[in-house]
Amino acid sequence: MIRVELPFHLRNLARVQGEVRIEVAQPVTINAVLAALEEHYPVLRGTIRDHGSLKRRPFIRFFVCKEDWSLEPPEAALPEAVANGVEPFMIVGAIAGG
Amino acid sequence: MSKIRVLVGTKKGAFILTSDGNRKNWKVSGPHFAGWEIYHLKGSPADPNRIYASQSSGWFGQIIQRSDDGGKTWNTPGSSPEELKGPGGFPKGESNKFVYDGDAGTHKWYDGTQHPWEFKRIWHLEPSLKDPDTAYAGAEDAAIFKTTDGGKTWKELAGLRKAKGQLWQPGAGGMAVHTILLDPKNSNRIYVAISAAGVFRSDDGGAKWKPVNRGLKSQFELPDPDTEVGHCVHRIALHPSRPETLFMQKHWDVMRTDNAGDQWTEVSGNLPSDFGFPIDVHAHDPETIFVVPIKSDSEHFPPEGKLRVYRSKTGGNEWQPLTRGLPQKDCYVNVLRDAMAVDSLDPCGVYFGTTGGQVYASANAGGAWNAAVRDLPAVLSVEVQTLP
Repeated sequence: MIRVELPFHLRNLARVQGEVRIEVAQPVTINAVLAALEEHYPVLRGTIRDHGSLKRRPFIRFFVCKEDWSLEPPEAALPEAVANGVEPFMIVGAIAGG
Repeated sequence: MSKIRVLVGTKKGAFILTSDGNRKNWKVSGPHFAGWEIYHLKGSPADPNRIYASQSSGWFGQIIQRSDDGGKTWNTPGSSPEELKGPGGFPKGESNKFVYDGDAGTHKWYDGTQHPWEFKRIWHLEPSLKDPDTAYAGAEDAAIFKTTDGGKTWKELAGLRKAKGQLWQPGAGGMAVHTILLDPKNSNRIYVAISAAGVFRSDDGGAKWKPVNRGLKSQFELPDPDTEVGHCVHRIALHPSRPETLFMQKHWDVMRTDNAGDQWTEVSGNLPSDFGFPIDVHAHDPETIFVVPIKSDSEHFPPEGKLRVYRSKTGGNEWQPLTRGLPQKDCYVNVLRDAMAVDSLDPCGVYFGTTGGQVYASANAGGAWNAAVRDLPAVLSVEVQTLP
């Protein structure tokens, strides 16, 4: 079970509180986590990555085990601590003013 | 007694104001979608309980919301559990999927080069006059999309961008379809206005479009002041009884046409400034129109710090300031293009919202104004529903 932390506005949009827990098929990658997340919460499609290109939106960041994974290849395997649910996959709204 | 529902989009959420037909005491609900930019909300003329809302964010992009109970509850279209499974068992979640048709192509950029079309947000939602499940969406970068399933999916009417789209260029506020007008007498006729491209008309339900900007003059703004496309049109409006007569607040100049845009003439007359954003038409008198003069394109606030709506009862040229109840000193708010609307009671109610967060209401066609609410976030849009 993968733990995913969503930013405030996406939690409201998905109507969830706290962390989201989802099953993700192996290998556990950024794309695999996002695909599983969007399957469970279709309202999130297009809010984290673009509908067509599946590229990360500019002001969305991914943090894993206290490291910024935003620029890592989306097909790279995530650390074991995320894959086994010890650490969350964090989706963060960038500090970008506004 | 009739009831009035005012739909207010702001920089930080949506608000719904309700009153009885006296239009004196207002109840405020909201913020709905707190913290998000709500560019526009609009109710279906065919089913007033059906309201569409455009919710957007620089972080999370575009969301479409829909209410089927007059704004009490909201859902993204197609998100109920029974709607989530596609043929392959994969969820759809496409109510916010605005993808340009085919190869998106390019438009003119600030430096004269060509730049790819990039979807940013929906500025305006225009529900069909007859079918609650059909609506049009005006996008930045400029395009028009249509839904026929209540907002679950959207398809571009790509013919619009074929109307010399390669020559359209963003203004300082971007390049968006910000106004969509549906002709109540001819279901095949649609008008859109685009900053900074001009007015376009379709006579076949949105398949083909042509620019209708003859008579507009943009001296000092465009290399060719009489160009066919490129004019910075801020807003157009029509009266349902005379859909071939359109009124326009251009960047500078207030204009009118009496032949569906084939020829425009200036009717700025004695306005203290003919720069401004909104324009609207009295519900019962097609020759009575309202504008809010703004000092200039460099100073987006009322001349002399006096917030004045100007009304013409002659279809333009002769204008009268309406000031009773509006601040007449030290007022430096703006009124944006989609932030004025009228109700259909008699006398006609007029409403507008400001970037200072006030929503002013007049129950007598502008003769006197009261703030229905005054400390909202900056107001982006105002729409009114007159309910039985």
